[in-house]
Amino acid sequence: MEQYVLSVKVENRTGVLARVVGLFSARGYNIDSLSVSKTEDIDVSIITIVVHGDDRVIEQVKKQLNKLIDVIKVYDHTEIPSAQREIAIVKIQLTPAKRVEVFQIAQTFGAEIIDISQKALSLEVVGHPSKVENFIEIIRNYGIKELIRSGRISFARDRA
Amino acid sequence: MKGARQVIESLIKENVDYMFGYPGGVLIPIFHELFDSPIKFILSRHEQGAIHAADGYARATGKPGICIATSGPGATNIITGLATAHMDSVPLVVITGQVSTEMIGNDAFQEADVTGITRPVTKHNYLVQDIHDLARIIKEAFYIATTGRPGPVLIDIPVNISNTDCEYNYEKPVDLRGYKPVYEGHPVQIKKAAKMISEAKKPVIYSGGGVILGNASKELTEFAKKTGIPVTTTLLGLGAFPETDELSLEMLGMHGTYYANHAVNESDLLIAIGARFDDRVTGKIAQFIPNARVIHIDIDPASVSKNVIVDIPIVGDCKLILQELINITEKPDITPWIDEIRQMKLTHPLYYDSESPNLKPQYVVERIYEITKGDAIIATEVGQNQMWAAQFYKFSKPRTFISSGGLGTMGFGLPAAIGAQLGVPGKRVINIAGDGSIQMNIQELIVAVQHRLPVIIAILNNGFLGMVRQWQQLFYDKRYSQTCIKCAPDFVKLAEAYGAVGIRVEDKAGVDDAIKQALAITDRPIVIDFVVEKEENVYPFVPAGGTVKDTILRELA
Ligand SMILES: Cc1ncc(C[n+]2csc(CCOP(=O)(O)OP(=O)(O)O)c2C)c(N)n1
Repeated sequence: MEQYVLSVKVENRTGVLARVVGLFSARGYNIDSLSVSKTEDIDVSIITIVVHGDDRVIEQVKKQLNKLIDVIKVYDHTEIPSAQREIAIVKIQLTPAKRVEVFQIAQTFGAEIIDISQKALSLEVVGHPSKVENFIEIIRNYGIKELIRSGRISFARDRA
Repeated sequence: MKGARQVIESLIKENVDYMFGYPGGVLIPIFHELFDSPIKFILSRHEQGAIHAADGYARATGKPGICIATSGPGATNIITGLATAHMDSVPLVVITGQVSTEMIGNDAFQEADVTGITRPVTKHNYLVQDIHDLARIIKEAFYIATTGRPGPVLIDIPVNISNTDCEYNYEKPVDLRGYKPVYEGHPVQIKKAAKMISEAKKPVIYSGGGVILGNASKELTEFAKKTGIPVTTTLLGLGAFPETDELSLEMLGMHGTYYANHAVNESDLLIAIGARFDDRVTGKIAQFIPNARVIHIDIDPASVSKNVIVDIPIVGDCKLILQELINITEKPDITPWIDEIRQMKLTHPLYYDSESPNLKPQYVVERIYEITKGDAIIATEVGQNQMWAAQFYKFSKPRTFISSGGLGTMGFGLPAAIGAQLGVPGKRVINIAGDGSIQMNIQELIVAVQHRLPVIIAILNNGFLGMVRQWQQLFYDKRYSQTCIKCAPDFVKLAEAYGAVGIRVEDKAGVDDAIKQALAITDRPIVIDFVVEKEENVYPFVPAGGTVKDTILRELA
């Protein structure tokens, strides 16, 4: 099953999110990542959905999404040039011996230190999902105590 | 103007003549306004009856059906009706009462999350949270229910909204940026389709409920006549094309005619119009139409290429698209194909043992057809009765066959017949029922009595939940687990208890008299208890997931 990235422009109203995600859950699909927020127009929100699914089923879901009255437009970002971003915050055990090493990794990934104490360090990394993924994989070796990730957002680039 | 008043004013502006429903605490303000309004209110005896009646009214008239139910249990009682209408694309505007806005979410008395519960079974729904939105929402609800692919729209109105005042304005045009149905078919696609049709050697038109919903029967008939292409319809498509016409293959699918299924299977071009390739039609999808290309005309883009890959999709209103096709399509040369089909009709007709001395359910349907000259509106329940009605009554006009196709809702037929009779007082309405289904909404009989509606309820009483029993017989070693319902009420006495006329028929000889006697009565409902052959089966039968090659044509000796 392939991964799909859908960007769904909707009316900013109660119940809209439930309608949208309902179309996935009704088909037994688990959404990998989800983000919802307002846009330049306060009446419009964009829902970004990352989901694994069967080609035909996703095609059908896209059509069903378009049918929802509160959905203004559905964009499939799976295969178009787009800027995709996620945020992750990790808290790791910090032994003094490893400090320099971790700081170097953080620097390489442009991760920001958002909290630091005697025993722990919290880092925030922002970027393309694969970068975030890589960062987490590397940092895992230092013992992750807590990990939280945002839903993905995806921004279509202007095409020449 | 108070919210409750606004509701009634808006319904009047929408030309609502009948409204079906049941009152309750949070609806009192609205019923207070209904009291002296010109809208005729039909009080059901169960909310499920009200919504199916609104549905039957809508299917028979083409106008939206209106239903109202109270919060909590009233609302949950209409869920089956919403799902039924949603599956069959029936335009309904349904109002539910809700607890006061400040109580919502507190498990208040008779509170249910109605917009949550009904989301998957409505085309759209609303919870009114601000009185200033009420008029706009009602207007949108009518618009959404009746345009594009129609469907039920629900408006949940908290009681305090009904009691609040605000300025009323129903004139603002509807403007929904996320909802713009497409009506005109793409001209290039239409041209391509016309070419493909004129070059076909074995074309078949497969026409669905969309042709009836889209009021395109006339255009369908003209198109078929002009091109000489045979027509098969789905269950919900019955009546869109006259079954008495020599181009008619009648119904296709699981219990369709052998010649319809054979023709579709052999076809080199399938022209699907307002149909959605339901599994009861296609059987095993991988082996459906092995040699055919497909043209699919449908108002709903989501129906296209959902179950079957389509060569030429044309999204739009089938009436407009058919008009275009009539203008530009050249008649294909298909004489050998028509001969083959004619042959197939002769060798594999619809069959039952008409020589049998026993009272056969098919015989009853045939006689109803003959005696009413095919001019009645037939509402069915679900099961064998539904299939025999579809097979043995020959439908010639749209909106004369009223049946729950997609959801297959037992208990639909009687209330739907009541709604149809109110909507079309000039026609006789006959509910062809099973002894199981009729007991699911029998309480609605009193509604027909109250309004002096001469609905005829023809129970094909086989003492079984027949359709399920048939599957048990054929596929589960005749273990009739919980399908024998011979412990049943005396339907004649039951009819009489309600103030209806009850007639029992136990042999073939009594059939005509009973039907004629019923047709002579015009001021109350008539229940005819036809005690029919108990273990009669519906044939032809393409078992679920099978192909035309697996068709069981008749009882194996
Ligand atoms: C509400 C509902 N419950 C259960 C079913 C499953 N079901 C389909 S046909 C059938 C039997 C119907 O029996 P009856 O009304 O006596 O009609 P017959 O098939 O005997 O004509 C049943 C139980 C259904 N379609 N609807």
